[in-house]
Amino acid sequence: MPHFPKPAEGSWTEHYPHLSTAPSSYEDSISPEFYELERRAIFQRAWLNVGRVEQLGRVGSYFTKEIDAAGTSIIVVRSGPDEYRAFHNICRHRGNKLVWNDFPGEETAGTCRNFTCKYHGWRYALDGELTFVQQEEEFFGLDKADYPLAAVQIDTWEGWLFVNLDPGNQTPLREYLGALGKGLEGYPFEKLTQVHKYRAEIHSNWKLFIDAFTEFYHAPVLHVRQAVAEESAKLQKYGYEALHYELDGPHGVVSSWGGMSPPKDLSMVKPIERVLRSGLFGPWDAPDLGLQGTLPSQNRANSPVWGLDSFLFFPNWMLLIWKPNWVLTYHYWPTSYNTHVFEGTCYFVPPKTARERLAQELAVVTFKEYGLQDGNTLEATQRMIEANTPVKTFPLNDQEIMIRHLHTTVQQWVADYARASAPAQV
Amino acid sequence: MSVALPEGFEDLAPFSDWVLHGERARYDKRVNSTMDELQAFYDAAMPRLDDACEYLEQYSMDELPDEAVNLLWMMCSLVTVSFPVEVWRQPRVPDAGASSLDAVVEPAI
Repeated sequence: MPHFPKPAEGSWTEHYPHLSTAPSSYEDSISPEFYELERRAIFQRAWLNVGRVEQLGRVGSYFTKEIDAAGTSIIVVRSGPDEYRAFHNICRHRGNKLVWNDFPGEETAGTCRNFTCKYHGWRYALDGELTFVQQEEEFFGLDKADYPLAAVQIDTWEGWLFVNLDPGNQTPLREYLGALGKGLEGYPFEKLTQVHKYRAEIHSNWKLFIDAFTEFYHAPVLHVRQAVAEESAKLQKYGYEALHYELDGPHGVVSSWGGMSPPKDLSMVKPIERVLRSGLFGPWDAPDLGLQGTLPSQNRANSPVWGLDSFLFFPNWMLLIWKPNWVLTYHYWPTSYNTHVFEGTCYFVPPKTARERLAQELAVVTFKEYGLQDGNTLEATQRMIEANTPVKTFPLNDQEIMIRHLHTTVQQWVADYARASAPAQV
Repeated sequence: MSVALPEGFEDLAPFSDWVLHGERARYDKRVNSTMDELQAFYDAAMPRLDDACEYLEQYSMDELPDEAVNLLWMMCSLVTVSFPVEVWRQPRVPDAGASSLDAVVEPAI
């Protein structure tokens, strides 16, 4: 007997005719060849979230981003008071990586007036123009105007920075983010400037971690030992049901209850949570963000027990907006078919007092402990789906609809790309 | 090296090695401690958490005196050790093996 209503078709999955209810294969997560297709079909063509404008505090502030899956490193810079640019991180002279510190493969950030290559001193303005060539007269008819930095499409949405590595991309960012994105416009992300960011190298295909974070079916089981014993038993008995799922183009959202912030019964939570009034769902005393009710993409089921929405903006960015007015994002950056870099970033309103600071610390550290269990379990999954076993297909339940949607979407993008780039038949 | 704590928190002086800046340092100390060590720190600090919050609330975050910052960081360490002590009875979360999730951006205080 479901606790929350489902669509008229009887299930979330059958509500979306493009999704099958048959067992699924993970062939798309164990193949180096398929990963090469994903790189070209998805990571070199989709809008990718790379951070927030607050990371670039003033004109000349920049960071570099290694986007292995798209086969490049980029520089993202605030080139004017309200202007952002992105470039491939390569010097036009002899191809040296333009911006890096000590370790060529690592990301860096800083503020500068122009970018100077470490190798031969070529200089570029913040708009990418080549402004200085060492011993310019030694070159043969070189016109600096012909050698600007190679630009990458960049745009912002609600203060989030996105790049697109396809020079031929014609889809504007807002259109790409669709109705789910539009329904979040006006959320005061810019007020959440207290940042805690975590990073991990994960031994699994990138999609497996998204799979884990778009279903909460696992939560009462895998994380059983995170809660006090009595509460764990209760959670496991109930299992998990979402309030609502909604798919929108390649994107999707799962909307969940949030009974733990604050909990109905204080004996349900750990002693430190009772003192600091915080936990997995965030600080219980929400700061005032000046929001009147929820935005159109939030709490789609209009449920009184709503606690958070987890959005997946395809391909690799998740945005979690919690009822107590804080935000968590996940990025999954593939580095091979069976490895990726995971980034989890918590955004809070800056604490006014140290008590608020401690409440945020507890939320952050709780996220980390859950994340450690999730990340390690993925390695266990990856090992066996790659192993030589006769088990090749896997049943997915209705609470795992986002998994079907992600894998179906990935396969669709790869197929569309293959069709578009196939040589024309004579 | 002794670290100054605010007046009234002298009982926590034996645990001043838990005054650590950054979640990374606090987590490292946790996973390199025994359960007895974690329990001893928890048993001393947990009963003082409410008092610490009350004391810290006198100040806004941008005018915390040094000894208040030390107390805040010690209480952040209490947050870090609360998980093993209150639930798992082991320094690392169960089933996390050798995996790590490292803080790369944190607030200055």
